[in-house]
Amino acid sequence: MNVKLTFEKNTLTVQLSGEIDHHSARGIRQAVDADIEKYRPKTLVLDFGRVKFMDSSGIGLIMGRYRMMKIAGGVVRIDHVPQHLERLIALSGVRQITE
Amino acid sequence: MDLINEMTLSFSSRSMNENFARTAVSAFVLPLDPTITELSDIKTAVSEAVTNCVIHGYEYGEGIITVNAKIYDNGRIVIKIRDKGKGIENIPQAMEPLFSTVGGERAGLGFAVMQSFMDKLKVTSKVNCGTAVTMEKYIIRRGRAKTDDENP
Repeated sequence: MNVKLTFEKNTLTVQLSGEIDHHSARGIRQAVDADIEKYRPKTLVLDFGRVKFMDSSGIGLIMGRYRMMKIAGGVVRIDHVPQHLERLIALSGVRQITE
Repeated sequence: MDLINEMTLSFSSRSMNENFARTAVSAFVLPLDPTITELSDIKTAVSEAVTNCVIHGYEYGEGIITVNAKIYDNGRIVIKIRDKGKGIENIPQAMEPLFSTVGGERAGLGFAVMQSFMDKLKVTSKVNCGTAVTMEKYIIRRGRAKTDDENP
């Protein structure tokens, strides 16, 4: 699976890697959601530093986690967005809902 | 403008084939010597179109997705992706950014990405017959890796 999770100081950090598309997003979503339920973090950090490819399924993944975190009063931060994903991130407007 | 090469792929509407389709198209267009960014744009657009076939065209059911790609000596790439699924009733609405019939985990950005990452996008559809998406992109020719026909 393209995901490594660590929980520390009320922050759940998700290290994403490889390719994020509709097919792979399901496994990532299940893993992240399970840990959000388990740890109830205040901050969810989605780290895109090692992502080689991403389509709009990755944007759906961010938006879905934002909704979950918002209900629980938490926030989502997106970190280390590689140059090649900048245009997709900008097009989606997710910067407006993340830290 | 001469056709350099053409290919057609048919595969079943399984989500694992989203990766297969974009990787195959990206390998096919390599003779045009695209930049990493151009290649990434094409892969992303193909991934969006194939995902639409899986989720919307066939609604996760069984079906065949066809991808046809053509490359021309002036750097033009034409990619046609079609399904024989349920079709789109209202194409302008489906193409609106953030519109999604399935909601939840889908951002509703598929067509917006295709439009933004490619130079031309055409969508034709007939309810209960299927949908075809034709995308074009021009690769800037930088004089490297010319095809045999171009060499004197």
